[in-house]
Amino acid sequence: MAIEPVLFYFFAIVLVAASAAVITVPNSVHAVLFLVLAFFTSAGLWLLLEAEFLAITLVLVYVGAVMVLFLFVVMMLDINVEPTREGFIKNLPIGIIVALIMMVEIVLVVWPNFGLQSYGAPVPHAANYSNTKELGYVLYTVYLYAFELAAAILLLAIVAAIMLTLRRRPNSKYQDPGQQVLARKADRLRIVKMESSPRSAPGSNPGEES
Amino acid sequence: MISLSHFLVLGGILFCLSVAGIFLNRKNVIILLMSIELMLLAVNMNFVAFAHFHGDTAGQIFVFFILTVAAAEAAIGLAILITLFRNRRTINVGELDNLSG
Repeated sequence: MAIEPVLFYFFAIVLVAASAAVITVPNSVHAVLFLVLAFFTSAGLWLLLEAEFLAITLVLVYVGAVMVLFLFVVMMLDINVEPTREGFIKNLPIGIIVALIMMVEIVLVVWPNFGLQSYGAPVPHAANYSNTKELGYVLYTVYLYAFELAAAILLLAIVAAIMLTLRRRPNSKYQDPGQQVLARKADRLRIVKMESSPRSAPGSNPGEES
Repeated sequence: MISLSHFLVLGGILFCLSVAGIFLNRKNVIILLMSIELMLLAVNMNFVAFAHFHGDTAGQIFVFFILTVAAAEAAIGLAILITLFRNRRTINVGELDNLSG
């Protein structure tokens, strides 16, 4: 018996269970942790699909950055869980009904049409095949403009996130670089002319001065 | 043997679960954002499965860009959430009726 179906069903069951837990657990921190589990298992499924680069990216970018950001925000905000749970029971039947209807529709469309008879199992790549290299070749040639646009979108996200959360506290002290650059020597330094006085006579005790 | 339809049905189950999550947790913005992330994951699963069974890398490139946009979306969404919480002291969607929509 091949190992792939076992792995697939194991990952699929864990993934569905983790996703169901994400939307049902009352504690938001637990929901984030279940979402991390869901992303990990999807990365495993993507490895089965020979998308190694994306699987690693999912773990690094999603679990490592986005979900940790979620965790930060959830733990930082002091959220009262009870009022946000109201309506959970009231909306439960309609949620289940809509999800089931969508599920049945998707299965009816997908299951007969995309079996092995229409899409045969592809030949596995050789051991020295590099998914990363393959993606890199396409990304930097065919999809170069889209790649640049993605970089611009990330820059936009940085600027937007910083501008949204930046706040000036009125009583906090901070430096104004413009004022610092504008400073002139004449504003800061005053040269005072003083009469030069003769030294005190030799022989007097220096310890008595001052 | 695992066929393409197995992965597509799995993606469909994920998508339906996240839609149900949006219905169930209508009051909690954080769970709503997480449901959107799950939806994107379901879509990505379909893209990767098609890319594998077609032998074409275009699907994987698309997933790459979806991941980029989703990361930007999560960052901005959480920034809005923090600003919202700072101003209103709540993330309950039922109380966010400033715009009177």
